[in-house]
Amino acid sequence: MRCGRRGSMIARVAAVCLLSLAATSALGQAPAYRAPRAADGKPDLNGIWQALNSANWDLEGHHAAPGPIPVLGAVFAKPPGLGVVEGDEIPYLPEAAAKKKQNQVNWVMLDPEIKCYLPGVPRSTYLPYPFQIVQSEKTILIAYEYAGAVRTINMEAPTMAPAESWMGWSNGRWEGETLVVDVTSQNDQTWFDRAGNFHSDALHVVERYTPRSPDVLDYEATIEDPKVFSRPWKISMPLYRRAERNARLLEFRCVEFAEEILYGHLRKKP
Amino acid sequence: MGHRPLASTAALVAVVVVVLFAQAHVAGQVQSPATTVTSAAKAWTPPLMPDGKPDLQGIWSNATLTPLERPKGLGTKEFYTEAEFAELMTRVRKGDVGPEGNLGAAASQPLRYDLSLYGFDLTKARFASNRRTSLIIGPEGVVPPMLPEARKRNADRAAKDKGHEFDSHENRPLQERCILMGQESLPMIPAVNDNNLLQIVQGTGWVAMLHEINHHTRVVPTDGRPHIPQGIRQWQGESVGRWDGNTLVVDTTNFTGRTANFRGSSEKLHLVERFTRVGDDTIIYQFTVEDPTTWSKPWTAEIPMMKTEGPVYEWGCHEGNTMISNILRGARVADEEAASKTGK
Repeated sequence: MRCGRRGSMIARVAAVCLLSLAATSALGQAPAYRAPRAADGKPDLNGIWQALNSANWDLEGHHAAPGPIPVLGAVFAKPPGLGVVEGDEIPYLPEAAAKKKQNQVNWVMLDPEIKCYLPGVPRSTYLPYPFQIVQSEKTILIAYEYAGAVRTINMEAPTMAPAESWMGWSNGRWEGETLVVDVTSQNDQTWFDRAGNFHSDALHVVERYTPRSPDVLDYEATIEDPKVFSRPWKISMPLYRRAERNARLLEFRCVEFAEEILYGHLRKKP
Repeated sequence: MGHRPLASTAALVAVVVVVLFAQAHVAGQVQSPATTVTSAAKAWTPPLMPDGKPDLQGIWSNATLTPLERPKGLGTKEFYTEAEFAELMTRVRKGDVGPEGNLGAAASQPLRYDLSLYGFDLTKARFASNRRTSLIIGPEGVVPPMLPEARKRNADRAAKDKGHEFDSHENRPLQERCILMGQESLPMIPAVNDNNLLQIVQGTGWVAMLHEINHHTRVVPTDGRPHIPQGIRQWQGESVGRWDGNTLVVDTTNFTGRTANFRGSSEKLHLVERFTRVGDDTIIYQFTVEDPTTWSKPWTAEIPMMKTEGPVYEWGCHEGNTMISNILRGARVADEEAASKTGK
């Protein structure tokens, strides 16, 4: 529901809004910020956004470490990070925890990011590249600079995925100031980060995008996957507007950067 | 363009679109040779976005039977008469496409696809047509002759890999490598058989265009911001837009010189596309290309796009690309066999 300013129902709506505001502050959240409106009256999330953290290196808190390529020295070393996981621990089932460790050891061989594969959700959000929200009433499109990944969020009656895919199937709705997106039918090939955190094809992600101020969105993703985790867990981080006057997504068609890794061993011998 | 070996690779994640084709004559199309797009657009007011701009949103297909260039023998004839068009359609439904329709859903692909399975059964195929004899408009109806320097440039490019086609991935065509599919290239020319879908989503000051093929997405600013610096070159160039009345005009420059661009053009390619909604179910897509290093003059084509049902599927080409590995592995086995014969 929208805590709106529009006319006739205002008294009734206001009462409900007051209640929900009271509930919000009872939960200890920041006072509600009311975002500028898109033409259809919904909070306007249009823009180019980017995470500014090291979550893509490791969702959990981590200290700095050398990078995988010694000759690069400080360049491409792993930067430290506070972590974005609520409680700072991903609740793996025992077998899955072992697989995560294996993934971590074999990161360079296994990480789909290195191969320029589509990143899935939520990793697409905090890859170190901008993404753009194009918001209309019935469809919201998110274009990601990394690999030219893209997804559309259906804002009408929820629909079922016709097939599983790398970027999954997104149904969205507005809850007051928040865009809530339910993501299902992702395949089991994507990862969460460069630390080997992974999921199965049972992954269910619920994302929440809430404007905090004109140039900041609060992003949350609740992650549920009973084949891999013992309970649902949550990540959260701010997303910042790319405020350059001429900002836009550029091409990062990374396939050709990954080909040597994938096909280099098949070169003709001189 | 148009050869799609990838589509036959079962391992591809790409889901071949099955647009549920149904016979339909496009409403709101030109009705006589004298009628122009402009007058059709004037006769009908498009739905508007809340910000007052024309609403081009939806999923559109540019499947067509009309060839890019006018078949020889039609001379300067730009439009079929109603009777001629009806006769052509009857023949097409029987699978007799002839030279008048060599592009689009009617292209013969009997060895590669079960046409009925993939929705290309001509007795059921739905396609847009405005009775034009070619997509290229004007009395000539063909691409202007390529300049000698462009012919040389393209011949040199083709010769570079000759004899080394299987040496490494770098010698393989861009579309085999899922870097740039022929059909995702700009401007948008109808595909031979599938992946004709374009989804348009409009946000304030931006128009997003998602091509189903290779999930190529352009997010075109319409707020007056300028092109990016000339030094930045991209496979798909860089697009900025503006509204001209009810028409979205998209100007694209900054193409790369690393590959032959549209029909052998160079990085000097300049593309202007015009999207005009002329009916509930139809956008007229018109493009003009110019490149003084390739053609002696600019040329223009026009393609109707039909509204269609979704969804647009994810086209994960690279993720499922086993073809490059298989081709190169085959070549290396052949190398070894050749070497062992020489050794004998």
